[in-house]
Amino acid sequence: MSLTQLVFWTFSALAVVGAAMCITRRSPVASALWLVQTLFSLAALFVVLDAQFIAVLQVLVYAGAIMVLFLFVIMLLNLGRAGPSDLKGPAGLAVATLLGGLLFFQLLRGATPSAAGTRGGNVMAQLQEEQGIVGAVARPLFSQYLIPFEITSVLLLAAIVGAVVLAKRKL
Amino acid sequence: MLLGPSLAVSAVLFALGVAGVLLRRNAIVIFMCVELMLNAVNLTFVALAQSLGVAGQIFVFFVMAVAAAEAAVGLAIILAIYRHKQTVDLQNINLLKG
Amino acid sequence: MPSALQLLWLVPALPLAGFLANGVLALRRPRAKHAVSIIGVGVLLAALALAIVIVLAFLREGTPGPLVFPYWEWMPVGELHVTVALQLDQLSAVMLLVVTGVSSLIHVFSVGYMGEDPGYARYFAYLNLFVFFMLVLVLGASFPVMFVGWEGVGLCSYLLIGFWFNERINADAGKKAFLVNRIGDVGFLVAMLMIFAHTGSLDFQPLFAQAPKLFTPGGPAVTAITLLLFLGCTGKSAQIPLYTWLPDAMQGPTPVSALIHAATMVTAGVYLVARCNVLYALAPVASAVVAGIGALTAFFAATIALKQWDIKRVLAYSTVSQLGYMFLGVGSGAYAAGIFHLVTHAFFKALLFLGAGSVIHALHHAYHATHSREDAQDMRNMGGLARHLPWTSTLMWVATLAIAGIPPFAGFFSKDQILSAAFSLGDVHPLWYVYWLLGLLTALLTAFYMTRLMLYTFHGPNRTGERESAHLREAPWVMTGPLVVLAALSLAGGALNVPALLRGREWLEHWLEPVTAVAARLRPGIEVPHGTEWALVIAAVAAAGLGIIAAVRLLRPEELVPARLAPAERGFARVLWKKWYVDEIYDFLFVRPLIWLSREVLWRTIDLGLIDGAGVNGAARLSRALGWIGSRLQTGQLGFYVVLFVGGVLAVLWTAVR
Repeated sequence: MSLTQLVFWTFSALAVVGAAMCITRRSPVASALWLVQTLFSLAALFVVLDAQFIAVLQVLVYAGAIMVLFLFVIMLLNLGRAGPSDLKGPAGLAVATLLGGLLFFQLLRGATPSAAGTRGGNVMAQLQEEQGIVGAVARPLFSQYLIPFEITSVLLLAAIVGAVVLAKRKL
Repeated sequence: MLLGPSLAVSAVLFALGVAGVLLRRNAIVIFMCVELMLNAVNLTFVALAQSLGVAGQIFVFFVMAVAAAEAAVGLAIILAIYRHKQTVDLQNINLLKG
Repeated sequence: MPSALQLLWLVPALPLAGFLANGVLALRRPRAKHAVSIIGVGVLLAALALAIVIVLAFLREGTPGPLVFPYWEWMPVGELHVTVALQLDQLSAVMLLVVTGVSSLIHVFSVGYMGEDPGYARYFAYLNLFVFFMLVLVLGASFPVMFVGWEGVGLCSYLLIGFWFNERINADAGKKAFLVNRIGDVGFLVAMLMIFAHTGSLDFQPLFAQAPKLFTPGGPAVTAITLLLFLGCTGKSAQIPLYTWLPDAMQGPTPVSALIHAATMVTAGVYLVARCNVLYALAPVASAVVAGIGALTAFFAATIALKQWDIKRVLAYSTVSQLGYMFLGVGSGAYAAGIFHLVTHAFFKALLFLGAGSVIHALHHAYHATHSREDAQDMRNMGGLARHLPWTSTLMWVATLAIAGIPPFAGFFSKDQILSAAFSLGDVHPLWYVYWLLGLLTALLTAFYMTRLMLYTFHGPNRTGERESAHLREAPWVMTGPLVVLAALSLAGGALNVPALLRGREWLEHWLEPVTAVAARLRPGIEVPHGTEWALVIAAVAAAGLGIIAAVRLLRPEELVPARLAPAERGFARVLWKKWYVDEIYDFLFVRPLIWLSREVLWRTIDLGLIDGAGVNGAARLSRALGWIGSRLQTGQLGFYVVLFVGGVLAVLWTAVR
């Protein structure tokens, strides 16, 4: 087992454990913190998968901004302690396990990599060698995907306005 | 090249996210599970981008932007609901009842 | 081709233009009576003049075959090509002149008769429209075009019978006429479809030229077609079993009865049979049926006419009876004689109706002046009117003698030819002797009831009333003028076709020869020895004379009492007065079961139960039930939705991922 694989499996295990803990902890704060672990592990996996720029974004945006927002809201609403009915009973657990399991097997069945998936070799590593880690993502983003990129800014603006309107007590 | 294992991990994470949504009643936790699902998908994109080109990574970029916007608005909605009903327990929120 | 013939389209177009103009006036300026009179009568006189010019041009042309003027293609559907085309041949030329001529006179008469009616403009609009459709009927060069006219005159008849529609009885009479005619029209339509199925063409000219080759003589196809066509005729021309509408149609204004229900529209059936003479010549059984129904109707209607008190109803049954004569004629293969009787009948029956109209007009005015509410059409309220209406009385006597068949009036010649044609076929089958005998008896009855009408109306003491009789006046010249013209035609109309027996030229017979040539070849007429023919003539005249003398001797006008004092009829007279209870029988056999079927089965069961209950309300209930189930699914519990959602995703994945 090479180092890359070792790193991959380690962080995969951390991510899955984090996710499992996240959905089973009663306390929302605990859930949030376990989720942070998953997100960080995913960032590590991104690095292994030649997406260093995305990994950095993952840490900044998800683990940093979004999760902080979650924690803020949890604390704002004083939900730190576990509620009495936060987790569903055994029936809910059975349904969740059954459907989640079925979905997992379905996804696994569909996710078997075909020949087409690996035909081109490691394209990303090659690109990064030619254009640099950031450049490989930035170039298409600002040429081919310029219009979606610009529209994203509008989306974010709308989200800001929407959040303010919804969250404010009185306008 | 870790495409197969990546997809498998992604599937596990996604299924866990779905199970979480099914299992929980707290709106904020359900929301977090949704974020978990988004991240599982992101992992798929990144894994496939490795061999199919940079488009997958750019998609992840956009997913993050949308997730950020969604988180902001969604949490604002949860805040508003909490103000209205003094709870974020979905059992007590049934405005959609026909 | 000379230019006058090219203007054939203008003859029907003129009344149509008149209808449009008068229709607009009726809607916008109903009081502009002068304009309405000028337009309404003007277009008819112009059409008559044009028709005369065209027929003269046709005469000069001397072409034996029909002239067909196609105008535009109407229905090009697969193999079916229906062209709107008019056709001028010898037969339609005769009809053209009769229709425009009689219509013109009746239009003039209407100016006087309807002058005070508030619906004056509407009346003339309908009347013009009727003439348009009638001309389309007689000029149409194919069955569909003719059918347009056929239905159009039916529509106008309906509109004019119910002209005074504020009274329920009038509206009901219109409806009855329309519905009874529909039964016949089904026959016409089916016949038309069968003709197309067998020959692939609906145009008269190629069809009749090909017919002897396409149909086996006496075969089931041609017999069925001709019988179905005759079913249409029994509706339109008021023959047994569909005659019941015509007496009720007398609810319309009297000039309408004269024009539509005596002179023109009701003869359309006779025209149709004469037009299809080739087909009827190929179907001897159907011809015998036509003649038999005709003879039976003639006799049957004449018996009813014996005991009617309403002056117009007597004339109505007389019309049914005379139409029976015409069918006896065309059924006997004497197409020229049938058409000849059609023409002469148009003259004298129009005269009789207009005369009756003049009488009714006078009585109506008299009763109006004294604010009396008596029946202006009941003969028991008349009597002795010859003193007050000398012109009408004299002219109606001319018509009476004509219809009775007294020489030298027109009816004598035409009726005699029909009777001898029927008699001559007695050699083929003795049944025709029965037809002839029925015809002869009808002649006797006709003379009797017409004399009765004249005696009760114009002679004996006056029963109108003391005060009213002072107001009885002869009609103005616009009304008596047309009567004089029609009387002259009734007097001299026989000259059209004086038989060879009386050293005549048989002009109409020869004129129609190109039309009936094929039929004559298929079914040659049987020559009757001169002696027999003389005997037949004498028998017919004797029957008519006997009828008149019997009426004069037997009837006592002075013993009659006015309608409101009259006792009810008793015994057999009551059966006749009640028209053999045919209306009641039809009511019991057809109308009531149909109403029951419509109300109980079609309305209550099928419409309310099945369509409304199961269909409309059922669909509503079903969707409401489905909606209820759907609303139960909307628990409002997000968890439940998510379970369903994930289940759906699984299902999609199950089918999508292979």
